[in-house]
Amino acid sequence: MSSLSRDDIANLARLARIEMSEDELVSLSNEFTVILDAVARVQEVASADVEPTSHPLPLRNVFRPDVVVPSLTPEEALSGAPAQEESRFRVPQILGEE
Amino acid sequence: MAAKLSSGETTSVALTQAHLDRIAAVDTDVHAFLFVNTEGALAQAAAVDAKRAAGEKLSPLAGVPLALKDVMTQKGVPTTAGSKILEGWRPPYDSTVVANLKNNDIVILGKTNMDEFAMGSSTENSAYGPTHNPWDLTRIPGGSGGGSSAALAAFEAPLAIGTDTGGSIRQPAAVTGTVGVKPTYGGVSRFGLIAFSSSLDQAGPCARTVLDAALLHEAIAGYDPKDSTSINAPVPQVVNAARSGDVKGMKIGVVKELNGDGYQSGVRARFEESLELLAAAGAEIVEVSAPNFEYALAAYYLIAPSECSSNLARFDAMRYGLRVGDVDGASAESVMNLTREVGFGREVKRRIILGTYALSSGYYDAYYGSAQKVRTLITQDFNKAFEKCDVMVSPTCPTTAFKIGEKSDDPIAMYLNDIATIPVNMAGIGGMSLPAGLAPEDGLPVGFQIMSPAMQDQRMYLVAAALEAALLSKWGAPLLSLAPELVGK
Amino acid sequence: MALTYDDVIAKYEPVLGLEVHVELNTKSKMFCGCSTIFGGEPNTQTCPVCLALPGALPTVNEKAIESTIKIGLALNCSIAPFSRFARKNYFYPDMPKNFQISQYDEPICVNGYVDVEIETDEGPKSFRIEVERVHMEEDTGKSLHVGGATGRIHGAEYSLLDYNRAGIPLVEIVTKIVPGTGKYAPEVAKAYVAELRDILRSLGVSDVKMEQGSLRCDANVSLRLIGAQTLGTRSETKNVNSLRSVERAIRGEMIRHAELLNKGERVVQETRHFQEESGLTRSGRSKEQAEDYRYFPEPDLVPVAPDEAWIETLRLALPERPSIHRKRLQEAWAVPDKEMAAMINADVLNIVEATVNLGADPTKARSWWLGEISRIANDKNVAIATLAITPNDVAEIVALVSAGELTDKLARQVIEGVIAGEGKPAAVIAARGIKVVNDDGALMAAIEKVCAEQADTAQKVRDGHLPAAGALIGAVMKETKGQADAARVRELLLGHLGQA
Repeated sequence: MSSLSRDDIANLARLARIEMSEDELVSLSNEFTVILDAVARVQEVASADVEPTSHPLPLRNVFRPDVVVPSLTPEEALSGAPAQEESRFRVPQILGEE
Repeated sequence: MAAKLSSGETTSVALTQAHLDRIAAVDTDVHAFLFVNTEGALAQAAAVDAKRAAGEKLSPLAGVPLALKDVMTQKGVPTTAGSKILEGWRPPYDSTVVANLKNNDIVILGKTNMDEFAMGSSTENSAYGPTHNPWDLTRIPGGSGGGSSAALAAFEAPLAIGTDTGGSIRQPAAVTGTVGVKPTYGGVSRFGLIAFSSSLDQAGPCARTVLDAALLHEAIAGYDPKDSTSINAPVPQVVNAARSGDVKGMKIGVVKELNGDGYQSGVRARFEESLELLAAAGAEIVEVSAPNFEYALAAYYLIAPSECSSNLARFDAMRYGLRVGDVDGASAESVMNLTREVGFGREVKRRIILGTYALSSGYYDAYYGSAQKVRTLITQDFNKAFEKCDVMVSPTCPTTAFKIGEKSDDPIAMYLNDIATIPVNMAGIGGMSLPAGLAPEDGLPVGFQIMSPAMQDQRMYLVAAALEAALLSKWGAPLLSLAPELVGK
Repeated sequence: MALTYDDVIAKYEPVLGLEVHVELNTKSKMFCGCSTIFGGEPNTQTCPVCLALPGALPTVNEKAIESTIKIGLALNCSIAPFSRFARKNYFYPDMPKNFQISQYDEPICVNGYVDVEIETDEGPKSFRIEVERVHMEEDTGKSLHVGGATGRIHGAEYSLLDYNRAGIPLVEIVTKIVPGTGKYAPEVAKAYVAELRDILRSLGVSDVKMEQGSLRCDANVSLRLIGAQTLGTRSETKNVNSLRSVERAIRGEMIRHAELLNKGERVVQETRHFQEESGLTRSGRSKEQAEDYRYFPEPDLVPVAPDEAWIETLRLALPERPSIHRKRLQEAWAVPDKEMAAMINADVLNIVEATVNLGADPTKARSWWLGEISRIANDKNVAIATLAITPNDVAEIVALVSAGELTDKLARQVIEGVIAGEGKPAAVIAARGIKVVNDDGALMAAIEKVCAEQADTAQKVRDGHLPAAGALIGAVMKETKGQADAARVRELLLGHLGQA
């Protein structure tokens, strides 16, 4: 019976950049016990000699020629921006390293 | 309608206005629409009328109005994907589907309601409130494309566009008594389709009749160089198939694992009856087996969340959409975390966490990796089965429309709605649902699902047209004429 | 107590790993048709795809694939018959999708090598650096950090993002671990990056300018006791922006690791940033808390399976290897080994070659670039490539000197002027009024004037004291504002004073 603890969920929420409340973490942890059991069934038939499918279609080598195509105007590009300054997207201070 | 337009009996403006009036009259109750583009639609309609008056040659559906699931970008028009995180966002570009609609002069009335980011089977996960089934306003219209199907069933639009990742076109069609088609994966461009699960998503036509769906199918399908997964081949001849409806000699495969065992009795009854009608029309009913279908649901609920956990990462409050918590001293990281917490609904967050887990180091092979293998097995099952038949059939979903609120606390129960539709998306083949009648126990619509091999979409239209004609004969009038009157409540 | 480098290598041996990122010079971006031109106004080269607007989809640039295959072939790699794109998932504001489309376990090129030669105490020695893989990915946008003291990310109030660069094709070249370099680790690393740069330049796939960021190097270093089998903990150093920095960064890291190990402390596995001014590294993101990138195959793109015929065509069209090219130049220019090495070390070989290709005599071209211009670059503490003077300019100056319109001394003034930004040689000459005084008449006038003013000295020369002529020549040069040809002045002066 697989399960994820509240801390496991908190780690995943951190990876997914979602600030979850304590209630959410606990209730998700409970739900996941059932969900993981249900989805773990895939292991029953996923043997080593079966190839995984990443693409439903057998396409290969779909390319685009190296030609410049008109871009959006800066106004269009920034049209949804929550904040902007001098034609750039303005974002709060970034804590992480680049 | 198209005929009336081309004969001059009516104008697109009149037609559009009539539908806008209908929306105004009933949509407070149905809530199919998130945004009604009154100005834009009438302007489009006027432009088409002008072209027609000038003697220009127009496409078959020119001037006919349509409802667009709010998951497709339309330039300058609010597009939300049913989520708060995109509230008020107006895309600076058209999706290819919208571009194709515009090229065909189809008038876009507005954007329809949906489960948030297409995740759900009831449209109850919309951040903007549920849509109500026109057959019974206390019931769900299906999901995730409940808005589009409800709009059709309520006569708010004659055509609609939906998207289908695990059944989101077909299941709403089934529970609203309308037609919904998921083309072969790659048949319709995904450029501008706000992504949920990239390897499963597909946009498709929704309508009240099989022929209308076919006409819309040909208007939106086709190769798009902007979508690397787009099929570079001519669109299957679905209109011809829909007009023909000749199924003599066709082998119709009933999937043993999806034959209705355990489904609602009325659903089974209508399914059996449809098989009899098809047999009477000259088709041969054979039994086929797909033993790996029982794993499809589990695999789907690993693949789709995994892909969506990545696809939805872009909603981070930096470039567009909702931004919350941007106060003095806040960091980009905290703004991101808060915005996503507030902007995403419960089901979306649940799937993001599940997907993040399924892809994480140490668990990839057991979950996502294994699910991709199940996918291969399901495709093999279909290939084997299609050696014995031309199309495969099943009831579209196990029950008729349930009550709003009935299943929303039980995710697994909700997921089971898609049990018959999911295998189609896993293999990337074509699937559609058309009305098979009403379930006697509750008087609610039941859907009949037809599945065709990849790139052979015309086969399912052939069978659908045959069944539709037979049923129409039997009923004497279209099924939707039995739906309750909505105006005057 | 600070260790010396000799202390370090007496006890430890280094193991290297080098990751080089190359910005390709395709016209359009990796996954969309936006222009890649450097220096455009912010957010003028973006589209739904590279901005990661909802609904956008990537499409693969064919030229980028071609360039990557060429790079793989030039590095002796096998080209994978089947390779796939993968999503590398992590959140950062300069990466719009919050995942990077890259390649993971199925890269396009694998298992190659690069041979480099360095000078050791025992003479020239060759090292083979094995290349693990070459793969494709996309660049990020650029952030401007506002409000902090240094314009750096620490202490900034907010940031401004420009996505013009987001999506530009990047090729990543990763070496296998490189043991066995001993005390020459810094030199080997520098030689590897230099050779890589020359190969890439000869392929024409990138303008490989480290100072502009089209060639970036991350250096991984670990130490172990000499003779030990297991590997030590490594650190990764970023922000290494020149060949010289590669050398300094590795040397610095080796010393830093040794100091920690000697004290019994642990080396932390982390990313560090190289500081140009100090030559030291500063701690950055700790890799021990590293994100799980959750790689999975990119569902929006289909696999790449280049056909054999295409690969063969590219293989046949590969240009001459830089090492062979260098030998050819050395023969053609008749340059002794030591001078050849000097040019390579000072990184002026291709600049000299360009100058020669414009018609300049090889020896003269060499002596200007290695001499005067190198001196100026060193004084300013910058790389020669960043100076304003071009091969064109130098070729022009060499030609003027040959034609007698400039003396060596005047040529130096012109060079100084060009570098100072006063314009091209012709403009500098005109503005400064630089002119060789060729006119014997004018020279004679000056000579007579000086001899009159310094009659005693002039008499000494007449009497046979030739060295005394020096002072007179100097005076004449001053009189002619340095524009006379000193040799001619001497000739005329001695003649005038009866000492021809």
